[in-house]
Amino acid sequence: MISELTSVTALWGAVIFSGLYHGINPGMGWPLAVSAALMERRHKALPKALALLALGHFLAMIGILLPFSMMVILIDWQVEIRIAAGLLVVAMGIYLLVNRRHPKFLARVHPARLALWSFLAAMAHGAGLMLVPIYLGLCAVGMEDTGHLAAQTLMGNNIVTAFLVALVHTVSMTFAGGVIAVVIYAWLGLKFLSRTWFNLDVVWAASLVLVGAIGIYSAYTGH
Amino acid sequence: MNLRPDPTFHASPKLAMQAPVENFAFTVMLSPDGSQSDGIAVIDLKPGSDTYGEIVHKVIVPNKGDEFHHFGWNACSSSLSPLSGHAFLERRYLIVPGIRSSRIYVIDVKEPLKAHIHKTIEPEELFAKTGYSRPHTIHCGPEGIYVSCLGGGGKDGTDGPPGIFIMDCETFEIIGQYEMDRGKQDKHYDFWWNLPQDYMVSSEWGLPPQFENGIVAEDLLSNKYGHSIHFWDLRARKNIQTIDLGENHQMALEIRPAHDPTKSYGFCGVVVDTTNLQGAIFTWWRDDNGVWQAKKTITIDPRPEDPANLPPLLQGFGAVPPLVTDIDLSLDDKYLYVACWGLGEMHQYDVSDPMNPVLTGKVELGGIAKGHKHPNGKGFAYGPQMVEISRDGKRVYWTNSLYSTWDDQFYPDDEGGQMVMADVGENGGLTLNKDFYIDFPKGLRSHQIRLEGGDCSTDSFCYPSV
Repeated sequence: MISELTSVTALWGAVIFSGLYHGINPGMGWPLAVSAALMERRHKALPKALALLALGHFLAMIGILLPFSMMVILIDWQVEIRIAAGLLVVAMGIYLLVNRRHPKFLARVHPARLALWSFLAAMAHGAGLMLVPIYLGLCAVGMEDTGHLAAQTLMGNNIVTAFLVALVHTVSMTFAGGVIAVVIYAWLGLKFLSRTWFNLDVVWAASLVLVGAIGIYSAYTGH
Repeated sequence: MNLRPDPTFHASPKLAMQAPVENFAFTVMLSPDGSQSDGIAVIDLKPGSDTYGEIVHKVIVPNKGDEFHHFGWNACSSSLSPLSGHAFLERRYLIVPGIRSSRIYVIDVKEPLKAHIHKTIEPEELFAKTGYSRPHTIHCGPEGIYVSCLGGGGKDGTDGPPGIFIMDCETFEIIGQYEMDRGKQDKHYDFWWNLPQDYMVSSEWGLPPQFENGIVAEDLLSNKYGHSIHFWDLRARKNIQTIDLGENHQMALEIRPAHDPTKSYGFCGVVVDTTNLQGAIFTWWRDDNGVWQAKKTITIDPRPEDPANLPPLLQGFGAVPPLVTDIDLSLDDKYLYVACWGLGEMHQYDVSDPMNPVLTGKVELGGIAKGHKHPNGKGFAYGPQMVEISRDGKRVYWTNSLYSTWDDQFYPDDEGGQMVMADVGENGGLTLNKDFYIDFPKGLRSHQIRLEGGDCSTDSFCYPSV
């Protein structure tokens, strides 16, 4: 029971941490919030831009998690699904490591369509996939308790969990990106925009591999 | 690929102005008759250097007859676009097209004194992948490097309209045509844009048969050169509006949008008005209804001259037209520099109010039937032409050649390539610097200048100056 609690806490911690991690990545959009406020010359444009970016990110997360929430109904295949999902995440990480080219179609999005841009950016970078092993871990813990429940209830629980995971993740992402955007906009100035900008491409791809590998490992060991 | 953004990328024009000053200039050297190879001269601009104002290295290409003209960077401040999220390109390569051969050289200038050719794109590849020829203006934008071309397909470049193509900014592979709907656009010259506002503006010179063997007087007098500017939805790749400046406004050339991306206006220079030989600047802007407008805001009068002193081309007019061939806008959007290549004058206008420019400075150098000397006593062939402003706005550099065959028609007795510099006064004003004078190697002329770390006609900024 205690180990279960710790693993639940750890998994939710991972959801929050991944949100913060996505949030500081300029590729997930905080520079757009700075530019929106500067271009429109209104402070209010900053939270509005953050909200649109959050919406796009949330939709990308839930779009990836929901199909998995349907699948975990196949309780007998639970381990296999978790391993397959882990492999998928590892594969995405390796793909991003090998193919270091920028997703060009993002350049075709109109600069004012922030939610669409955020959705596509999250999709292109496999941001949602990074959550899948964590999410499946949470579902697995849930199922140990509720294994005797009807399939329908179980799926309902999983869908609720998917929404919660996506929501908590998006809130922490928006918090991290928002703090950077506000600090640069209100105090540090544009000079720090390029200074705080690190190339996270390799770290990001490596994170996908790592998260995927942990997912596979914990599926094997039953956590 | 760097871990941090290139230090020469700046979020706003203001930050670029505060950045360290330029240490080198790169200037085109061209052989007007194709008897020598063209090249890029690397010029030392390091303050206090022993070789300040001298050509310290040359990149000479292996081919002849390319005719270098305009060129640009592989990456600029546009990499900091908030939409990209990947600001880790290096400003390292110059993309140098041959306007006559349609060959494109990519020159690695990471170490300016060891600058060398990194890649050559043969004309056949350009023709096959784009259907365009005579590549000209280079800008770095959202989808890579954009290159405008003056010619379409076929031997004389009139098979299909000319346009812009896109090139990959890392591999320098040509990707293909930019346009999805070009509307009325059937000629090309310059283009530039406002990235956050997502519009592009392009201009028109003429088709290759109208310029390659010299200016065609009949075409000019019957107003057959370009006289329209086109406004584009940049990312949709669609011409949304064409403004005809009036057919007498022949050759609408350089497009200079305000650098601050919150502004929705810019300028365009017109070489000659065929009704009165005036040179003109148009201010273009987007009105409150989102419709583009253009209005003539500067006119420069011709100077009457005894036909005996004029080249055959101009004798019938008894006057020297100003010939506004290049313009450039300082990064603070305050001063517009206007090269009057015929008169032999460089003008400085205060364009703080873009609808009411005020002449604030003027320098006389060269000129048809004038030949003003440089303050150091040396001559200056032709007139002030390609102009480039330092990022801080304090130094203005220019060269003298317009285009090989046109130089010979307007200045049949001149020959040579020179580059000079003028200092900008605290409150405007322009004074030629007596100590800065570069004479190019014999038989070579000079054209566009690029400054190390970016200048006032390369970088596109994605954040306003605040």
